[in-house]
Amino acid sequence: MIQALAFYLFAFVVVLSGAMTIASRNPVHSVMWLILAFFNAAGLMILVGAEFIAMLLVIVYVGAVAVLFLFVVMMLDIDFAEMRAGVARYFGIGLALAVALAAEVMIAIGAWSTGPIQLARRAAPIDARVPNIQAIGNLLYTRYLFVFEAAGLVLLVAMIGAIVLTHRQRGGVKAQNISRQNARRPQDATRNTRPVVGQGVEL
Amino acid sequence: MISWFESSLGYDWAFFLATIIDILAIALPVMLAVAMIIYADRKIWAAMALRRGPNVVGPFGLLQSFADGLKVFLQETIVPAAANRALFLLAPIITFTVALIVWAVIPFQPGVVLADINVGLLYVLAASSLGVYGIILAGWASNSKYPFYSALRAAAQMVSYEVAIGFILISVVLWSGTFNLSGIVTAQQNMFGLHINGYIVNPLLFPMAVMFFISSLAETQRAPFDLTEAESELVAGYQTEYSSMAFALFWLGEYANVILMCALNATLFWGGWLPPVDWAPLYYVPGIIWLFAKILFFFFLFSWVKATVPRYRYDQLMRLGWKIFLPVSLFWVFLVSGVLMLTRVGVGS
Repeated sequence: MIQALAFYLFAFVVVLSGAMTIASRNPVHSVMWLILAFFNAAGLMILVGAEFIAMLLVIVYVGAVAVLFLFVVMMLDIDFAEMRAGVARYFGIGLALAVALAAEVMIAIGAWSTGPIQLARRAAPIDARVPNIQAIGNLLYTRYLFVFEAAGLVLLVAMIGAIVLTHRQRGGVKAQNISRQNARRPQDATRNTRPVVGQGVEL
Repeated sequence: MISWFESSLGYDWAFFLATIIDILAIALPVMLAVAMIIYADRKIWAAMALRRGPNVVGPFGLLQSFADGLKVFLQETIVPAAANRALFLLAPIITFTVALIVWAVIPFQPGVVLADINVGLLYVLAASSLGVYGIILAGWASNSKYPFYSALRAAAQMVSYEVAIGFILISVVLWSGTFNLSGIVTAQQNMFGLHINGYIVNPLLFPMAVMFFISSLAETQRAPFDLTEAESELVAGYQTEYSSMAFALFWLGEYANVILMCALNATLFWGGWLPPVDWAPLYYVPGIIWLFAKILFFFFLFSWVKATVPRYRYDQLMRLGWKIFLPVSLFWVFLVSGVLMLTRVGVGS
């Protein structure tokens, strides 16, 4: 009963906030709706018993990716009128993309639910007592170890690539030299003097 | 409690009702603790600055926080004309809520925890990564320059230190072999047979305990890392435009977060509800009292640091996070997992 209520609540909010992400005019509001969608998707995952994936979704997407989105979007000065004019022009391409994605999802689900993996899974369900993290870890670090490492390498290359592409040496930057700052002692910066009255101090 | 309600309501609603009562049983004492700890904080600073601190309202000024609360409750909530109204009001609510939801997984005694989930520590990470939204939104929605600078600083700072915190937590998880906070606490019992409860006597995890303490200062934006509300540069940072209850929610959320970080320090490295020494008579004292004592100890450290340490420069803050904490904690994950590989091969697989 409560599970059904929770499911419909999460599902409804996911769809609604997904739509609002596109529909809202203010880009910051869009990001906030997107975050809400992530959250409710995490809720749906908890309902199907994938609590590890749900937590990762929140940590990675809400905690890191969406913060960076928000960071960028916040600082943009967007001309809303111009953006709305663009919607009509790209509507056809957008629609085509959406249709293609929807078709792919349907084909994937159809193939999966009648394919050998799902049939085999029905025959041998995963032991419910094994926690999620352990089940994923057992697979990821044994059978799929090389795929997992390869995925890590791809990410590493992407990260290095992003740094290489955006990093440039700029002249005239006043960088802090921490070791020099730490090496500075009070006696280098101050001096004790005993000035004679009426003579002043020469520095 | 579930079974008590179950007789009249059926399991689902009994669970629902019992959980709500449990939530209140945790959240209300936390709020009371926040009120008292603000008072304690002010008293400790005052003592360190050779002042008296709050001493007028009630005996020893004990009711000061309640008087302040009543005052802000009666004030008018002012929303600046140029502000984004919805997000402006949403921001303090997010901060406050996020500060409270993490308490769901903190174990107070053996078996006394609202949600004994096996991804407890990930839940803590997930919830604490949300804390930054309250501040970013407050800064942006205020539509005012100092709050906005503060929001940018907060976003960069919290994201940077979360990375280090993540790695520190991973080394703890590796050692205890579980993400469940109760499991982590029981794994700390009688460390190495030294009759001391807590990872602090573990030479591999002690540096992580120190780094976690410093990172938790940065994560809660306490001094010396309180650059988001550096009053000499940014007026009051992201809270500048806030007044009355909205301001109070930020204030309460901040302190609830501080207590939470103290509780996490206690739970992850200092044995949580276990007594500090593994000696049978000490176990007669209820676990919640040990936990509470440890929280208060860490809170004293937080106040002490705030009263004595000067504020970091922003580049120093970033350097500490990215160039020191991140490499060291990353290396420590390798070190801990390497040691465990050599000493515990095949255990628990």
